[in-house]
Amino acid sequence: MITAGIDCGSKNTKIVIFKDDNIVSTASVLSGFDQEEAATEVLSKALENAGLERGEIKNIVATGAGMDAISFADDKVTTITANAAGAHFLFPSVRTVIDIGAEEGRVLRVDENGKVKDFGINEKCAAGAGAFIEAMARALEVDIATMGELSLKSTKQIPMNAQCTIFAESEVVSLIHQKTLKEDIIRAVHDAIADRNTSMVRQIGIEQDVALIGGVANNIGFIDSMNRNFGFDLLVPKELIAPEYVSALGAAIIAKEKMGG
Amino acid sequence: MKANYGYKDGSGEYFITIDTDLCNSCGKCVEACPAGVLELAENELDPLEEDLVAIVSENHRKKIKYSCAPCKPSGETKVPPCVKACEPGAITHSW
Amino acid sequence: MSNAESDKEYWRWTETRYTNPDIKWEEGTIISAGVDVGSVSTQAVVMVDGEIYCYSSMRTGSNSPDSANNAMEWALEGTGLSLDKIEYVVGTGYGRVNVPFSKRAITEIACHARGANFIYGPEIRTVLDMGGQDCKAIRCDQRGKVVSFLMNDKCAAGTGRGMEVFADLLQVHINDVGEMSLQVKEEPEPVSSTCVVFAKSEAVGLLREGWPKEKVLAAYCAAMAHRVVTLLLRLGIEEKFAITGGIAKNIGVVKRIEDELKLKAPEPSIDPQIAGAIGAALFAKALAEKQRKSG
Repeated sequence: MITAGIDCGSKNTKIVIFKDDNIVSTASVLSGFDQEEAATEVLSKALENAGLERGEIKNIVATGAGMDAISFADDKVTTITANAAGAHFLFPSVRTVIDIGAEEGRVLRVDENGKVKDFGINEKCAAGAGAFIEAMARALEVDIATMGELSLKSTKQIPMNAQCTIFAESEVVSLIHQKTLKEDIIRAVHDAIADRNTSMVRQIGIEQDVALIGGVANNIGFIDSMNRNFGFDLLVPKELIAPEYVSALGAAIIAKEKMGG
Repeated sequence: MKANYGYKDGSGEYFITIDTDLCNSCGKCVEACPAGVLELAENELDPLEEDLVAIVSENHRKKIKYSCAPCKPSGETKVPPCVKACEPGAITHSW
Repeated sequence: MSNAESDKEYWRWTETRYTNPDIKWEEGTIISAGVDVGSVSTQAVVMVDGEIYCYSSMRTGSNSPDSANNAMEWALEGTGLSLDKIEYVVGTGYGRVNVPFSKRAITEIACHARGANFIYGPEIRTVLDMGGQDCKAIRCDQRGKVVSFLMNDKCAAGTGRGMEVFADLLQVHINDVGEMSLQVKEEPEPVSSTCVVFAKSEAVGLLREGWPKEKVLAAYCAAMAHRVVTLLLRLGIEEKFAITGGIAKNIGVVKRIEDELKLKAPEPSIDPQIAGAIGAALFAKALAEKQRKSG
């Protein structure tokens, strides 16, 4: 049985096509201002990649901030539920999941069957999410894809006082004027956002294993900051699927379950 | 005098209010807090006053949502340890 | 629009200095001074027996001690008064611990309350100050002593920086934002995102839908005014109520605050930007008197 999960994120719309417990294809496009258009585009991209026809998809489930706008979805689930299903599929031992997207951070506890036990959402403040790292990359004039490896070169921990993305931009600029090394600044940026999200996890309690998903989990420097905060390594999807697709994967899995598969 | 330490940002309002008229400088709240959010210091808002009062330390003021999160488990309306420890009831949390 | 125009030129306000022609410092008993080093501007005020003798207001440089020195030097220019003759100096503001010639640092909340009391009179009980990177609401008594306060310097929404981001986005000079926002025939819904980062994306969407600039500015000024009002209401407002700080000069925000509170804020007779330094200078006088008493 072939199903699809579409995650309508605030920045990117992602899709996973799922067939007989295998990830067949993934695709991602910018969400832009027309969520339905983005979803349509990402669906045809993934179908093309997989060499499949639209009619072969038995069930499409939507999730994410913009899920209500998708008229062609057969069903919807909350991002939290999708996160749980996706993370559980990848790491059956997972009991705590941290999902950091472009505009929101989510933390959830799951049981051994991948069902949600408790959750918390850190929303509406850019400083807790990917938007923060993006803004800092702009202020530092550094390609966001290189932020991770640059920060791992840092040898010094410097404090970052600003807790707001806008003020942090000014702080970064004055740090540069004071000749602070970029890698030390980037490490401070990662540590700051890692601290914020670790606090949110402590609110629901930490139970191992802990998984880290969402686009920001591509950043190896950020992963390092998180691992240091926890004192152990977090599970991050890599070989099977990229971390930003886990919600869409969860939606596709739920799509299959709903069809009795 | 009521000192409101904290902030409002996109995600909500987070203020710890310390009533310095009620505070008796006992310091029990400082000991009760596991995150070091509170400390005893000169009342900076009344520079001519000499008694020590409880304050939220400067490095926590802009992130108290995060500093206090571990004492506020989700789904429970627990009384935070600092509020419990204060006999005169000088401390209140807005969330 | 040239690069220079779209750059820091948006912030260029006039730097000022002043000497009171009616005071002779040589005849005064206590000469005190306050220096307010903010993230954007620095003010130095010198008082003779609690009356303003001279002051300066200038842009804060990249170095706090230098800014304090420069502001004080400029304030004293042409007066014949030198720094060593000032009995007590208090530093305040963001850079208060870096005022090299000050004897004490006092938080700007206390100084601001005292300063507002001096500028607006003893009937003032609530002061709202909107600065470059913070927003303060202060309740004070008839002596200018702080009764309660609330400061928000964590989040850019409701601060000058937040407004600057919007002015930049819409390519409107910050001085014109207020007037322009009042040119709408009908008040639009305020921008729904409180976070400036997200409000920016929301604004881009509105422009795309065909909203004219005035309408977007109106929506943002309305959101900022509402946000500030909720902070004030948390503190509780007692009349008389006064507004100070850079955004006090943005009538789009001020008018919407006044409308929502159904209160009018008085016009100041002295530049409200020096309120913090005035308060600091008054504290300096009180501390000098205390010092003299204890010998």
